[in-house]
Amino acid sequence: MEINLPALFGQLLIGLINGSFYALLSLGLAVIFGMLNIINFAHGAQYMMGAFAAYFLLQFAGLNYWWALILAPVIVGGIGILIERAFLQWLYKLDHLYGLLLTFGLALIIQGLFRHQYGSSGLPYQIPPQLTGVRDLGFTFLPNYRAWVIGMSLAVCLGTWFMIEKTRLGAYLRAATENPTLVRAFGINVPRMITLTYGFGVALAALAGVMAAPIYAVNPTMGADLIIVVFAVVVIGGMGSIMGAIVTGFGLGVIEGLTKYFFPEASNTVIFVIMVIVLVTRPAGLFGRAA
Amino acid sequence: MTQASETITAPAEAHSHKSEMIAFAIMVLVLAVLPAFVYPPFLMKALCFALFACAFNLLIGYVGLLSFGHALYFGWASYFAAHLAKVGKISIPYWAGSWQWLTITNSPMVPELAIFLAVFGAAVLGLIAGSIAIRRQGIYFAMITLALAQMMYFFALQAPFTGGEDGIQPVPRGHLFGLFNLADERVMYVFVLVVFLLGFLLIYRVIHSPFGEVLKAIRENEQRAISLGYKTDRYKLVAFTLSAAIAGLAGAIKPFVVQNASLTDVHWSMSGEVVLMTLLGGLGTIFGPVVGAFTIIAMQNYLAAFGQWVTIIQGTIFVLCVLLFRRGIIGEIANLFRIRL
Repeated sequence: MEINLPALFGQLLIGLINGSFYALLSLGLAVIFGMLNIINFAHGAQYMMGAFAAYFLLQFAGLNYWWALILAPVIVGGIGILIERAFLQWLYKLDHLYGLLLTFGLALIIQGLFRHQYGSSGLPYQIPPQLTGVRDLGFTFLPNYRAWVIGMSLAVCLGTWFMIEKTRLGAYLRAATENPTLVRAFGINVPRMITLTYGFGVALAALAGVMAAPIYAVNPTMGADLIIVVFAVVVIGGMGSIMGAIVTGFGLGVIEGLTKYFFPEASNTVIFVIMVIVLVTRPAGLFGRAA
Repeated sequence: MTQASETITAPAEAHSHKSEMIAFAIMVLVLAVLPAFVYPPFLMKALCFALFACAFNLLIGYVGLLSFGHALYFGWASYFAAHLAKVGKISIPYWAGSWQWLTITNSPMVPELAIFLAVFGAAVLGLIAGSIAIRRQGIYFAMITLALAQMMYFFALQAPFTGGEDGIQPVPRGHLFGLFNLADERVMYVFVLVVFLLGFLLIYRVIHSPFGEVLKAIRENEQRAISLGYKTDRYKLVAFTLSAAIAGLAGAIKPFVVQNASLTDVHWSMSGEVVLMTLLGGLGTIFGPVVGAFTIIAMQNYLAAFGQWVTIIQGTIFVLCVLLFRRGIIGEIANLFRIRL
């Protein structure tokens, strides 16, 4: 088999881009699950809201990409906080499955409303002028914006990991995950921490949405299928480990990219096939602890 | 937060089966009379979904397993039945120095055989998917079943025999056992009703068998069931396969009713719909899924002109059911009158 290097690197790059989004989204899911014990099915819809928030900020407020990068996660994260206060807080005493069902319902509502308003065709969002152009790496061409997405995603993921694993706030969070009653007895406002954690996880999804806007068109259904792939990523990595979510996200993106080059028919399904193999050989996931 | 104190369970159980018998008689009577008042094709479609929801409920309501990918068995059985009844070609790849195709049969099949093989196919898919998914519990189980269904959705999109975006159509109805002409709408209705009732009674029988009691024990406390010596994984796998087969039966009837098989039935949104039907009707109630399915299908039918509002309303029903009435319609009625339904 003759290997066409530029094409291979091209697919690898796309794989890394997809991996950046898998990592950001599965990280958000893992953070939320750790604290709330809820699988946030609305994560894909919140990612889509992030992209739309960037679009609205540009269209109606004239605020550019850089503003959107800060404001969209704040706005959508704020909506997430409202969702937690209005709906999710009543579910913590119930079976975890109710959280999945409720957030699935929310995802249907959010996606339905956006589709009702904007149809299924994508809305364009320009790459910010500072990041247009490509860089010649000798063996391939790297568009600046894509390099930015990969770098930014890595930075955010590692920053989150550092915050949770190495800071005092993160220690509170991990302690509250293990034993909320005891942490409360120490005078820490655990319910507020839970609310903020959900807001933070949602903000991560929205940030991914803003970064995705110039690459994929801004589309009401952009998160619907993506979230299922991210679920598979989460099953493969196991949600017990923050670093596991990041590594699995990027790794699977790259594998998917390679598959697109070597065996394009399987590129849609490769992550699911890997999930099956992992479940058969290591049921707890690559980085998970046995339940 | 670490311990779930309320599990997904059936309402308080009374001792008498009398309420169930009466409700069953009423249901049969209503379904027998209804075609005189309501458009029969709509009823037949609703019956397919009712059986589908009953099959799904067998898992969530009686074993406590949330399968978020039940469209896989429903949709694939629908493809199998449609293909066998329309084309009938079965080719199996085998290795003899190079890959060859062994063609077993090449002519359209009679409906009963097509349906039987489709149910068998769904059961095999259920056995495979189930044996993978039961390796993890709770929330992971739901995510795995969803991911497996999505994988099979992409296979359905790419496999040549499914017709991709076009689906398989038109599916001929043919003659059942060479005797009954299913093209006759009345004959078709009776056939669908009989299949539905048989499936319904099978599920009822399973739930009230010793096997069903073990399933309920697993739902209530799996660790305890294990410590009592039950191999819970085996019970879960058998229940999963059975549920997939009955969902497959519902799916195998559907192409004969609507005369096509399409991607809609294997899509994740269909998996979501069957969850909604069961949740709305009442998880862990025998009649709940039937009522839920009729309600949702009727709503889709009458609100079809409103486009995306159907999705929005469905999402809203999800939220309301989870927050306000987790027992569902039938569960609330059963609870109100302290009877078992």
